[in-house]
Amino acid sequence: MSHDKTCVVIGASHAGVNLAFALRKEGWQGKIILFDKDTNLPYHRPPLSKKYLELEDSIQNNLLKPEESYTKDNINLKLGVSIISINNEEQSVSLDDDSVQHYDKLVFATGASAFIPPIKGIKEAKNVFSLRNADDVEGIRKAFNTSTTKKVVVIGGGYIGLETAASLKKLGADVTILEREERILARVTTAYLSDFFSELHKTNGVSIFTNKNVTEITDNNTVLCDDGSSYDANIIIVGVGIRVNTELAAQIELKIENGIYVNTKTETSQKDIYAVGDCTYHYNSLYDRFVRLESIQNAVDQAKITAKNICGIETEYNAIPWFWSDQYDIKLQIVGLADGFDDLVVRKEAEKKFSIWYFKGKQLLAVDSINNAKSYVLGTKYIKTNAEIDKIELANPKSDLKSIVAINQN
Amino acid sequence: MANITFLTSDNEKIVLEGNSGNVMQLAVNNGVKGIDGDCGGVCSCATCHVFVAKKDIEKVGKASSIEVDMLELADDANEFSRLCCQIEISDALDGVELTVAK
Ligand SMILES: Cc1cc2nc3c(=O)[nH]c(=O)nc-3n(C[C@H](O)[C@H](O)[C@H](O)COP(=O)(O)OP(=O)(O)OC[C@H]3O[C@@H](n4cnc5c(N)ncnc54)[C@H](O)[C@@H]3O)c2cc1C
Ligand code: FES
Repeated sequence: MSHDKTCVVIGASHAGVNLAFALRKEGWQGKIILFDKDTNLPYHRPPLSKKYLELEDSIQNNLLKPEESYTKDNINLKLGVSIISINNEEQSVSLDDDSVQHYDKLVFATGASAFIPPIKGIKEAKNVFSLRNADDVEGIRKAFNTSTTKKVVVIGGGYIGLETAASLKKLGADVTILEREERILARVTTAYLSDFFSELHKTNGVSIFTNKNVTEITDNNTVLCDDGSSYDANIIIVGVGIRVNTELAAQIELKIENGIYVNTKTETSQKDIYAVGDCTYHYNSLYDRFVRLESIQNAVDQAKITAKNICGIETEYNAIPWFWSDQYDIKLQIVGLADGFDDLVVRKEAEKKFSIWYFKGKQLLAVDSINNAKSYVLGTKYIKTNAEIDKIELANPKSDLKSIVAINQN
Repeated sequence: MANITFLTSDNEKIVLEGNSGNVMQLAVNNGVKGIDGDCGGVCSCATCHVFVAKKDIEKVGKASSIEVDMLELADDANEFSRLCCQIEISDALDGVELTVAK
């Protein structure tokens, strides 16, 4: 049925690539054309700030799929080209190489770009990098290897900033993190975990300063803050969050709300147009609200559901969010969404092995695990089954995590 | 160098020659069905689950404690289960057989 149809995917990263392969798996027989402006074969992004940076690895060792897989599954991967406009009436996309491509189904897997805040001098300053793609890492490496003092200032204490700080520290850098809020990770986690990571970085020799609003980068690469403090830097890493790539979606007037709005079948507000991954604003039934997530889990799981829907197998997206971060000898694993919690239980098994369980009343919302995969896994199961947990037992690190369930509701 | 055999859920038998890196990378680079390696090999996703043939479990070694914990996400895990991103390729793995989990 789909023989003579064409599915065009904008963006060949975690979401787009997984979608393309899933389409074949679900029986799509028509063309699949996957576009990305990045010239590298699609690669894993999470290692970029972690092992990939630290071990000076090559992108070839970090590919999502080997080149042959695309040929084998008859996926037409077009790299180094940008889609610059869409004609939704004629169902075609225009590329920056002046070609036009027809589509029957169109998928936005456009993800997000690093946000560059309006700091005076940031555009003119040398050696200022964000970290979103492989080329960014190339730039950081070159600057780092030619730098004599290896003085790095990281603006923004979110996961990417912290991971980059840890990796560069391991490579011998002198690293300072400047955070605007009163604690690092302020937007994504609780004070308990912020304090833990703050201590972790300090112990590893990274300086962290909070309440630092960067106002200017001078010509000789000094970072100035609004409280009058200043920090010299050779290399400046900007990790202050992302902006969803919604320009094309806006051009054709797709509904946009904190990302490209999609329904539970990952359809956008227009027929035959879908969106997946970081660029979507989607409904999560478990938490009964719309969310925008930046995670591999969401990109991969949503891609699989989208493929089914494109192939006519109606399926709703319904997954528990999960995420991880690796810094030094710490593995953080998060399951669920903690927003809206009114109670938390810390279960401390050792200095560097604990978990934080977030509740709203009796409902378990999320678990943050530090070097503690067991809590992560059982947390996942308890969230899934809506288990009622005995919080007193949970807080006792000697209790068996498998026997903390008071009532299994489902 | 090690020749490693993968048995997939479609009863396909694939023999691959590995020299370095981990078994998940070898499988993904050769398109072995059922091994996704979504987290890139850091023991965070459990999409690289294999069963080691009984005869080979000594050679390959048993799952580490983080693997055992992560494997609880899979309903069918057993004492021969491994997350193969955690298996480093070395000559010692020559002749090993792995069945890819569903
Ligand atoms: C450094 C770093 C570390 C991370 N660590 C983790 C982690 O530990 N765990 C985790 O779960 N997640 C992590 N993430 C988040 C994760 O990488 C993202 O959630 C994931 O990449 C989202 O995939 P995506 O395909 O939706 O979007 P993206 O990866 O952003 O890809 C979008 C693609 O679309 C392309 N594109 C956009 N517009 C156009 C256009 N007009 N024409 C052509 N191409 C276009 C872009 O070039 C890009 O390649 C990390 C991200 C980064 C940057
Ligand atoms: S690749 Fe993710 S756990 Fe092995």
